[in-house]
Amino acid sequence: MKLKTTMMGAAGVLALTAGGAFAQDMANEMTIVSWGGAYQQSQINAYHEPYQEMHPEVQIITDESSADAVARMRAMFEANNVTWDLVDVVASDAMRLCDEGLAMPIDADEVLAEAPDGTSASEDFGDMIVSECFIPQIVYSTTFGYRTDMVPEGAEAPTDACAVFDLETYPGRRALERRPIGNMEWALLCDGVAIEDVYDMLETDEGVERAFAMLDTIKDETIWWTAGAETPQLLADGEVFMGSTYNGRLFSAIAEQDQPIGMAWGYQMFDLDGWVIPEGLPEDHLARVLDYLYFATDTQRLADQAAYISYGPARTSSAPLVGDHAELGIPMGPHMPTAPDNLEGAFLFNYTWWADYRDEMDARFQAWLAQ
Amino acid sequence: MSSSDTKPDMLSTHDGEPLKKSLGRALRRQKIRALLLIAPLLAFVILGFLMPIGSMLTRSIDNEVVEEIMPQTVAALESWDVDSTELPPEETFRALVADLQVAAENRTALTFARRMNYELAGFTTMVRRAQRLVRRIDLETDGPFRDMMIESHEGWGELETWRALKAYSSSPTIGYYLSAVDRTMVSGHIEPLPDDRSIHLMLFWRTAWMSGLICFLGLVLGYPIAFLLANVKERYANLLLIMVLLPFWTSLLVRTSSWKVLLQEQGVINQTLVWIGLVADDNRLTMINNKFGVIVAMTQILLPFMILPLYSVMKTIPPSYVRAAKSLGANDWTAFWRVYFPQSIPGIGAGAILVFIMAVGYYITPELVGGPSGMFISNRIAHQWYVSGNWGLVGALGTILLVAVLVLYWVYDRVVGIDNVKLG
Repeated sequence: MKLKTTMMGAAGVLALTAGGAFAQDMANEMTIVSWGGAYQQSQINAYHEPYQEMHPEVQIITDESSADAVARMRAMFEANNVTWDLVDVVASDAMRLCDEGLAMPIDADEVLAEAPDGTSASEDFGDMIVSECFIPQIVYSTTFGYRTDMVPEGAEAPTDACAVFDLETYPGRRALERRPIGNMEWALLCDGVAIEDVYDMLETDEGVERAFAMLDTIKDETIWWTAGAETPQLLADGEVFMGSTYNGRLFSAIAEQDQPIGMAWGYQMFDLDGWVIPEGLPEDHLARVLDYLYFATDTQRLADQAAYISYGPARTSSAPLVGDHAELGIPMGPHMPTAPDNLEGAFLFNYTWWADYRDEMDARFQAWLAQ
Repeated sequence: MSSSDTKPDMLSTHDGEPLKKSLGRALRRQKIRALLLIAPLLAFVILGFLMPIGSMLTRSIDNEVVEEIMPQTVAALESWDVDSTELPPEETFRALVADLQVAAENRTALTFARRMNYELAGFTTMVRRAQRLVRRIDLETDGPFRDMMIESHEGWGELETWRALKAYSSSPTIGYYLSAVDRTMVSGHIEPLPDDRSIHLMLFWRTAWMSGLICFLGLVLGYPIAFLLANVKERYANLLLIMVLLPFWTSLLVRTSSWKVLLQEQGVINQTLVWIGLVADDNRLTMINNKFGVIVAMTQILLPFMILPLYSVMKTIPPSYVRAAKSLGANDWTAFWRVYFPQSIPGIGAGAILVFIMAVGYYITPELVGGPSGMFISNRIAHQWYVSGNWGLVGALGTILLVAVLVLYWVYDRVVGIDNVKLG
């Protein structure tokens, strides 16, 4: 393993000058799975293209199946035909894949680059490494956007998630995700429960009923989405006054498409997204993937991605390097979920709790919805 | 040698072979040739249809994962009574530790935990904590294991955990079918799930009645169109037929999306109604993301499947019959109802069964325009596959749906008679 570390380090340095000195041991084709849309484009711009410039022989095949990566990987392993080399998933999915032995455990310090000041990778990523198979890329959040032109006269513009439950001040339809994660937390938080008590409370029937009672107040006014692109569309059509989605989607609706949408950052729910490597890759594929990862997750590359999409880089050392939007030229710092002004009430969703209660809560939530 | 030596009265070919044998060979050759001709189709049906259904059936009862990963624990639990108010003895905990040590090594412990977590929330954390613990345990020198396990997670000290483990350890299991009909056996006995977690029976029922309604609406709308198609001049009939077929050829997704455009709150219909002044601007009609949207969209989408069989049957009804009835004194209604309609029943049968069976398995349209209240059972099945990964339950739900359709078909055959169904 020590040898590999030096080799990886050497490859990183050599790659800049000689361009693929070890290419003969590595596959020249790599299938990278991600989420499609603006997000995958940001990865292509910040990671794939610079990497391919250094290694013109490498061909990267992009796949957009991350949304059902777990189901697909289970099916692939069952059929013994794994065709993916690197998969972009949210942290909870990474944990599931790791638990089931479908993703490869990784020692961050051996495989990933150090920060420019010499801080080790594991320290630089810190708490973001929530699973031994997970290589974090970004921090994103599920948060709320609202139509600025539909705020009733005399009312202040909403600043946090709780405005969604306030039908009196802000009448109109809402868009919420069709799953319990996030909604249950917001329901209790906005009903006055402290964040540290939320999960204990959801373990009790009273807690769950209290959350559903809160959600009941807006149930008739709510459109339930399943794809992140739905809320921006519903907002743009004026179908809803307010809705939750991923902050990057709202940023692109606001900054790139100039929609009359505002952000209500308060009580945003953080989540992490990153890479996993499927277990049991052939040696040459694995070597290529590791070479790519070493490059694509270094400090500068993670900061570069933020020039294309408003998601916060997962490395501490990348934050000061975040600059302006690549095309619009606006500073990206304030649009990051991790920007100090946006942190009011922000919370990280509890992965281990949801791993336990996901099935049960999901059944309850869907039953409640279908009533 | 002649066959007449043994059986003189037997017919034989000119070279003395018994005719029966020769004929049989010729026929066999023909059969093989026929079989070879349909071989690609047969292989396709077996690979693409029968095998997936077979695999669905096995998946819905297969529960080997528990016994495979926890063999000693399952064996140790055999002698423990589910109604006992005492925890299993120390040996069972020892077996649990031994199993988990192996499972942790093979990275299969969480697969077992996932299986159990479908039935009893909290298993994932229990196993995750236990896994951390058993890595440090020496099976020979450490102990007592019961206290160690309970210390790692109190769940191991709860009777419910062990009851559920025993109830869901056998393979084949009825566990998935129980969940598919909102039942559970976590207590060791079969009992209904609490109301707030019961969803499947309601969805089965909803799927059935909404499909029935869609089928009925399709018939009411489709019958006159088919009648017109069969009875106007050919020139107009062709034009009409194109109008029926054009949407039929259009992608399902496109048609569903255009219903979205029409029905939504800022959509075409609402805008028009507001513009005319029939509906107040702040009180627009809700026509999408509910049952209404699904019924409207699916009726339109499935309409051709009703019209086409109706049309092909009506086309064969000689117009002279109705003329004859009229000339014998029947009025228009009687001539239609007593003479024409009975002859169109095979078309109604074919259209109705086609539309109903297609509607029962519909997925895309309810998903896009249904919202939670318009969800069908197939949406739940897809959700279980993609999101929960509970393939056993997916198999059970799918099998129930399949059996329900087959039973329906059988009843239909009994009542109407499948020979009375004509597609043309």
